[in-house]
Amino acid sequence: MIGHASKSLKVVGFAAGVLAGALLATPAMAQAWQPTKAVTFVIPAGTGGGADQMARFVQGVVTKHNLMNQPMVVINKAGGAGAEGFLDMKASPRDPHKIIITLSNLFTTPLATGSPFNWKDLTPVAMLALDQFVLWVNAEAPYKTAAEYINAVKAGNDRQFKMGGTGSKQEDQIITAALERLTGGKKFTYVPFAGGGAVAVQLVGKHVDSTVNNPLEAVAQWRAGALRPLCIFDTQRSTYKDKVTTDMAWSDIPTCKESGVNTDYQMLRGVFTTQGVTPAQVNYYVELFKKVMATPDWKDFMEKGAFNQTFMTGDQYKNWVAANETLHRDLMKEAGFLATN
Amino acid sequence: MHDKEDGGPSLVSTRTMDIVVALLLLVVSAIVITDSTRLGFRWREIEGPASGYFPFYIGLMIAISSVVNLVRAIRSGERNKTFVTKQAFRQVLAVLIPLCFYVLVVGWIGIYVASAIYIALFMWYFGRYPLLKGAAIGIAVSAVLFAMFEIWFLVPLPKGPIEDFFGF
Amino acid sequence: MNGFYVVFSPFNFMLMVVGILLGVIIGVLPGLGGANGVAILLPLTFSMSPTSAIIMLSCIYWGALFGGAITSILFNIPGEPWSVATTFDGHPMAQKGKADEALTGAFTSSFVGAIVAVIMITFLAPLVAKFALKFGPAEFFAVQFLTFASFIGMGKGSAFKTLASMSLGFALASVGLDTVTGQLRMTFGITELLTGFKFLTAVIGLFGIGEILASMESGLAFSGAHAKLRLNAVLETWKKMPAYYVTFIRSCIVGCWMGVTPGGATPASFMSYGLAKRFSKNGDRFGKGELEGVIAPETAAHAAGTSALLPMLTLGIPGSPTAAVLLGGLLIWGLQPGPLLFIEQPDFVWGLIASMYLGNLVGLVIVLTCVPLFAAILRVPFSIIAPIIMVICAVGAYTINNAMFDVWMMVGFGVIAYAFNKLSYPLPPFVLALVLGDMAESSFRQAMLLSQGSVTIFWSNGLVGFIMTLGLVLLLWPMISWVLDKVRAPKPA
Repeated sequence: MIGHASKSLKVVGFAAGVLAGALLATPAMAQAWQPTKAVTFVIPAGTGGGADQMARFVQGVVTKHNLMNQPMVVINKAGGAGAEGFLDMKASPRDPHKIIITLSNLFTTPLATGSPFNWKDLTPVAMLALDQFVLWVNAEAPYKTAAEYINAVKAGNDRQFKMGGTGSKQEDQIITAALERLTGGKKFTYVPFAGGGAVAVQLVGKHVDSTVNNPLEAVAQWRAGALRPLCIFDTQRSTYKDKVTTDMAWSDIPTCKESGVNTDYQMLRGVFTTQGVTPAQVNYYVELFKKVMATPDWKDFMEKGAFNQTFMTGDQYKNWVAANETLHRDLMKEAGFLATN
Repeated sequence: MHDKEDGGPSLVSTRTMDIVVALLLLVVSAIVITDSTRLGFRWREIEGPASGYFPFYIGLMIAISSVVNLVRAIRSGERNKTFVTKQAFRQVLAVLIPLCFYVLVVGWIGIYVASAIYIALFMWYFGRYPLLKGAAIGIAVSAVLFAMFEIWFLVPLPKGPIEDFFGF
Repeated sequence: MNGFYVVFSPFNFMLMVVGILLGVIIGVLPGLGGANGVAILLPLTFSMSPTSAIIMLSCIYWGALFGGAITSILFNIPGEPWSVATTFDGHPMAQKGKADEALTGAFTSSFVGAIVAVIMITFLAPLVAKFALKFGPAEFFAVQFLTFASFIGMGKGSAFKTLASMSLGFALASVGLDTVTGQLRMTFGITELLTGFKFLTAVIGLFGIGEILASMESGLAFSGAHAKLRLNAVLETWKKMPAYYVTFIRSCIVGCWMGVTPGGATPASFMSYGLAKRFSKNGDRFGKGELEGVIAPETAAHAAGTSALLPMLTLGIPGSPTAAVLLGGLLIWGLQPGPLLFIEQPDFVWGLIASMYLGNLVGLVIVLTCVPLFAAILRVPFSIIAPIIMVICAVGAYTINNAMFDVWMMVGFGVIAYAFNKLSYPLPPFVLALVLGDMAESSFRQAMLLSQGSVTIFWSNGLVGFIMTLGLVLLLWPMISWVLDKVRAPKPA
């Protein structure tokens, strides 16, 4: 979501109403579709990452509140930067018992590796939330604002500053490339690591100079006073006003734009099912996720990870995904990340 | 390791097998090196050592060590040392071929039915147990696996038409 | 001591026993790892209090650590990656009819390793957490190099066959997506190869299937069938164990170090086995059924597995896949792992630590009482147990990635093991390369990126320089000791 595509509806506080609606609607949809066997929830990422945590959390909420008549089974298919999971979905069209949670690798993996799949091989169900990115530096570093840091990069040697991130040619490196548009030709040395938690710790240990961790990955180190957030890659400040550290809330972090670093990016946390399923089947999952979002557990989880709570379904969601794919193609083309073969 | 003195005539000598394995490893090294050259094995501006850097040298190492092994095997005088006898090899194939069949069948009829059949036939063929006894043990093992994976741990294994019929 | 009070409630104690039993089952089944078990049961625990939940889940983890050794010793099938090194001497012991001794040795050493790690966590947590922060890519590479150096250069037989076997392991490890550049390597458009060759698939095939093929060839007799049932095996083994105190101490140090940094339990077990073989006076008998060769990897693996929880709690970085799933659980229960967890949630942290002491003790009692039962499995006729092992191997290979392709790979690796064993290509360097290859390669390239291509980064500070030098010394040890011998005894009269 770099650019101005994020002027979408903010649906905070909308979920409570949905719960009531869903409950009322249940008898009327008696003949609607229901799963007849266990539903497989595919995670195109490894255990412990952001998508994994969210999918397992959804599974936990579904089990705890008894929201489904059949069990929900979670499976990690992380191979080839998630290609394994997406190709598995593509290989089983018209299977309504399979859903997948996506992150930006829905767009980046086929573009960067040439893996033969596209979001059009799937049926969009719902956007659950948008994950934020924050520019972090070590708390002992002298930079207090994003502009100061970017100026230091400008003034320094080429590749002197090290940016730690998760994976290669994925969201973290895309943001890094976007930042490099503002550093007067000076580049970062981008160092890819395996997981977000490890990246945050590398920054605490001063092995890298900055990161663009998700809030959830870095919040513990922030609260312990080891890291400093410089700016959030969103067009508006976060809506969470409760204090996270002794003196700061998520909403106190300025947007990158207002700190003079005009870049924003958010990551899709959405759900898709296989191609060719019926509208009734898609609708079952839409209703299911509305129920999940109405639980207090979900709200808690959203706040802990400072997620941007944007909920979308149907054509609105589909259009958003299409626009986002174009955006990724442009960004990756500019950065030279597209697969050459 | 498991040399047999009285296992009948030798099928293939250790020397021949040594040569075959060394040649196969040379093929592997050729594949590795070719693909590394495609990826590049030098320093790249953004990426540091390129993707092919590490595999390239690994491929070289396989190649060098295989050439040495090959030369040693060819020069070796142990022409008469048996790699495997005919009878022993028949025994190995008697396990390997049904195993391949089993894996093939798992893809069609699911792992539970295939396992029950495999266990029953194995017991009948090698242990001379009555088929009924083999079937009983096979079905018991499959049932335990089914309960454990499908119901308890919710890990889906390959299933076929029979499980479909019962709604799994 | 409030922690012990929390754990002692009957409900929590019951959860502990249930957790251990589940964990042992998970540990026994290859492919179904501790991470699976914890992940699958996580949702069930949301209705419990976080302390009860973590007690149950961490006990699954202890159970899995114990359980991994069982199939390694009995059938040469490592139930978990970290019990691969246990097969090297554990299975030969079982073949000699000493399965009970090997199992007792494995369980007891696991317990010792875990307790030492817990004591370290109890008293040194903040200090150790600070130490873990010093580990950047260069340090990681140095540790992986050290693991290699301690293991290689000790094999018997042809050095070039060892080199070929090891390089083949490295080559297979590099198949799939390159994490540093995001490029696909050696997949040649084959979708199944995207995930690369998984260590566990290879190990199940190489050891499990390979073993059955070898047994078949030598005529249906499963070599362990003459296992005797000795009721006092546990006590007998315990009498022998104190003699190996040096191995215990060394393995605990290796394990704690590898768990904290976090290098992981699997490399720790290999490193510990390698060091024990090198420094033991029975070193040349390793691989033929030495009790010491079971003690070393098991102690280190359990010490590493336990101390891996420390970086998870204090830094939020998981030291193992299971720890990664537990980490997710903490977040869902509303706990924020990180430097403040010890201060903000003392009840939880000390409850967890207390459960580590008790959970391991309960686990030890449970598995030790089952030793005769496990050993008795070997008395089941080969033609019944062999197909069941094959089925379990197939299930295990499938569950790693939910792919039939992996089951085929497993069969292929079984054939490779059969040929390699007969031609004396050693398998341990192959599996070590497969498990470490990926990590070592990415750490090396990350370090190179940081230093912009200068190898001096590996001697840029005391810590990394020390580890690298130690690794070089170990690697060149055969040469060094040869020179030392020449100097000491110049002319034998």
